[in-house]
Amino acid sequence: MSVHVSSVKTYTLIFLALMVLTAITVFVAYLDLGALNNVVMLTIAVAKATLVVLFFMHVAHATKLIKLVVVSSMFWLLLMFAFTMSDYLTRGWLGVAGK
Amino acid sequence: MSDVAHPGLAHHFESYEQQRQSASLGMWVFLAQEIMFFGGMFLAYMVYRSRYPLAFIAGSHHLDIGLGAFNTAVLIGSSLTMALGVRAAQLGRRKAVVLFLILTLILGSIFLVVKYFEYSEKWDHHLIPGKHFHFEGEGKFAEVPQGPMQIFFSLYFAMTGFHALHMIVGVILILYMLRPAWQGKYTPENHNYVEGFGLYWHFVDIVWIFLFPLLYLIGRH
Repeated sequence: MSVHVSSVKTYTLIFLALMVLTAITVFVAYLDLGALNNVVMLTIAVAKATLVVLFFMHVAHATKLIKLVVVSSMFWLLLMFAFTMSDYLTRGWLGVAGK
Repeated sequence: MSDVAHPGLAHHFESYEQQRQSASLGMWVFLAQEIMFFGGMFLAYMVYRSRYPLAFIAGSHHLDIGLGAFNTAVLIGSSLTMALGVRAAQLGRRKAVVLFLILTLILGSIFLVVKYFEYSEKWDHHLIPGKHFHFEGEGKFAEVPQGPMQIFFSLYFAMTGFHALHMIVGVILILYMLRPAWQGKYTPENHNYVEGFGLYWHFVDIVWIFLFPLLYLIGRH
């Protein structure tokens, strides 16, 4: 397998998509969507990061081993977030003695 | 498989392809631990933001959304020039590698200069956490206690500070790469260094992609 060389057009399109998504996220920040603001903001950030990882970092054309490393690093990160927040966000739910 | 004469092929690899794959994999494993390093700070952010939502909104309002958005665009631009630099190295275009490395260097430096002005503004307004910290809240933020405000600015400086530190390391590494790039050391057979550095630079860009909305854009309406 030889090196996959992406075209200048691909890189430019990804760049433009990232700029457009940045503009959208700034615009949406000024709208009052309640709790949806955070959802939209994080969805856009994840979309931007995914574009960078897949195309600028060449994961779309990488070996399965590298894809595995990328996915598992995300998995461990989310595991850390999920377990910690499931503790902090639920502490007020029950009147546990000694809290 | 004894391509002993090939320049740039280390003796413990069978081929350039194997060497390249190993370098990429090693870089990705390094980035995985970088993700966990920044992840800890993002987690602290989540815990404290869920506890003191108003302080985080007040702090976010104090940050300059224009400078933040400008820096986001600068950093995305630098990711484009870096990606094109790696492409030039893959194709063995010596002058293009140098050109794109210099463009990336300039954009990275612009980011750091803007960051410097943002930091000095916070210094002037007594927003450095510690003994002399004092946040002047206006309107609905007048009642926000100083403690949670210090937590917000501590997180702000820790997260953007470590991000800026990564940028400074990146800028130094580009300076280090300019000479071999000019000498034509980065060829289609031997561009691991540029490619590995590109992965690092894009990773730093991704950290900012999350920092910008989480710090600058909360509760703006």
